[in-house]
Amino acid sequence: MIALFLRDLKLSVRAGGGFGLALAFFLILVSLVAFAVGPAPAALAPIAPGMLWVGALLAALLSLDRIFALDWEDGSLDALATAPIPLEGVALGKAAAHWVTTGLPLTIAAPALGPLLFLDPPGHLWLALTLALGTPALSLIGAFGAALTVGLKRGGLLLSLLVLPLNVPTLLFGAEAVRRAVEGADPATPLLFLAGITAGALGLLPFATAGVLRAMLRAS
Amino acid sequence: MPDLGSYATEVGLAYAVSLALLGGIILLSVIRARRVARELDAAVGRRERRQE
Amino acid sequence: MTFWEFANPRVFMGWTEKVLPWLFGIAALFLATGLVWGFFFTPDDFRQGSTVKIIYLHVPSAFMAINAWIMMLVASLIWLVRRHHVSALVAKAAAPVGITMTLIALFTGAIWGQPMWGTWWAWEPRLTSFFILFLFYLGYVALWAAIEDPDQAADLTSILCMVGSVFAVLSRYAVFFWNQGLHQGATLSLDADENIADVFWYPLLICLAGFIVLFIALVLYRTRTEIRARRLQAMTLRERMA
Repeated sequence: MIALFLRDLKLSVRAGGGFGLALAFFLILVSLVAFAVGPAPAALAPIAPGMLWVGALLAALLSLDRIFALDWEDGSLDALATAPIPLEGVALGKAAAHWVTTGLPLTIAAPALGPLLFLDPPGHLWLALTLALGTPALSLIGAFGAALTVGLKRGGLLLSLLVLPLNVPTLLFGAEAVRRAVEGADPATPLLFLAGITAGALGLLPFATAGVLRAMLRAS
Repeated sequence: MPDLGSYATEVGLAYAVSLALLGGIILLSVIRARRVARELDAAVGRRERRQE
Repeated sequence: MTFWEFANPRVFMGWTEKVLPWLFGIAALFLATGLVWGFFFTPDDFRQGSTVKIIYLHVPSAFMAINAWIMMLVASLIWLVRRHHVSALVAKAAAPVGITMTLIALFTGAIWGQPMWGTWWAWEPRLTSFFILFLFYLGYVALWAAIEDPDQAADLTSILCMVGSVFAVLSRYAVFFWNQGLHQGATLSLDADENIADVFWYPLLICLAGFIVLFIALVLYRTRTEIRARRLQAMTLRERMA
């Protein structure tokens, strides 16, 4: 499983995706928000946590279709299905590799990007904390969606239709925690909910993803 | 007609939209049912002709 | 004959053909009675004026929107456990009806909100949860439409329905946490003291029964279509191979 994780990591880094692409996307999104809303700090500061969270959501979404697509096309998914590790492990490893290449760099970069949108000083640390807690759930949900659409020719749009509603609770609690922290309220409750969602997703979604993969392989 | 007072537009609109939506789903179901039944009959007919 | 025999496609086609006209008749009767009673013969509410008449559409459709999803979840579970083809097709047939119910609930809610809250749309917990439910329905239908192999489509949509149910419930709580609402409390709770008055209650019950029977009738009708479509697909496949 660790070998699989490292292999996926290597593949995505070599393909040029890796850490850089998600970060560049995030950076562009932040500047686009500033261009679209106007440069006034009074307008940007209140929407900063939400915008950065939506950015994280989209950055995670854009790289989803590659999670299983390559292995599906060249048949290595069949090989993985008969490998000694269970498909649940494969699903978990793939989601972990996706998180390391999208969620992790965003978490690290978020404190640096927060000030660009005038997120007040303690806020950027809260933002990093919520991203660290929430983005694993995004990757796990994303892996599930990617498995559902892997056999389809034009799965891209369908993938976002399937994955984005599932991401609603994560986004809500994540952004709410940052907003509360910035306003000086106690962010503990949404933070706990966020951690709970990630823990639940970690425990349940690999099984759902593996179930989907088995159904795909059985039919083909 | 009952006197709907100042909210006549809202109440009328709510009923119109809802009944239109209900009618729409019924109509769509019927159209698809007819088409599928017709095509199935045609397919069964073709098979019987082949078997003769 | 056990309960599961009713799910044999041939048996299913037989009994639904006999039952369906009755069901549609009963649904039409209930809906006509309830809606006419509600629209023409109930007094206006002292606070809400005539907008209270929207309740006869809003509450039953919202009730069915949620219950349609629950029914799809049960049908999906039966498919995954017992692999009854009719079960998977029932779930498929129910989804568009559920979408219609969700849309009616959303539209009537928005129209009702305009005079009562002064706004067409508010990011209000209940409205928002229904909006999210609508998105889940759309994703479910789109996934059915996208996959060609029928058994595979049934498998994947069933799993999506299960995962979606968990996240739909989560979203509901998240949304309530995120914004406390303008919406009034439950209309239909049995133990509440502040239940609505009997004049509104009886026509509402009849409308509710009408919506339930109409939903069942539509789902059975559409399931028959899906069974025929499945047979047609199998036959054309065989023709092409021959």
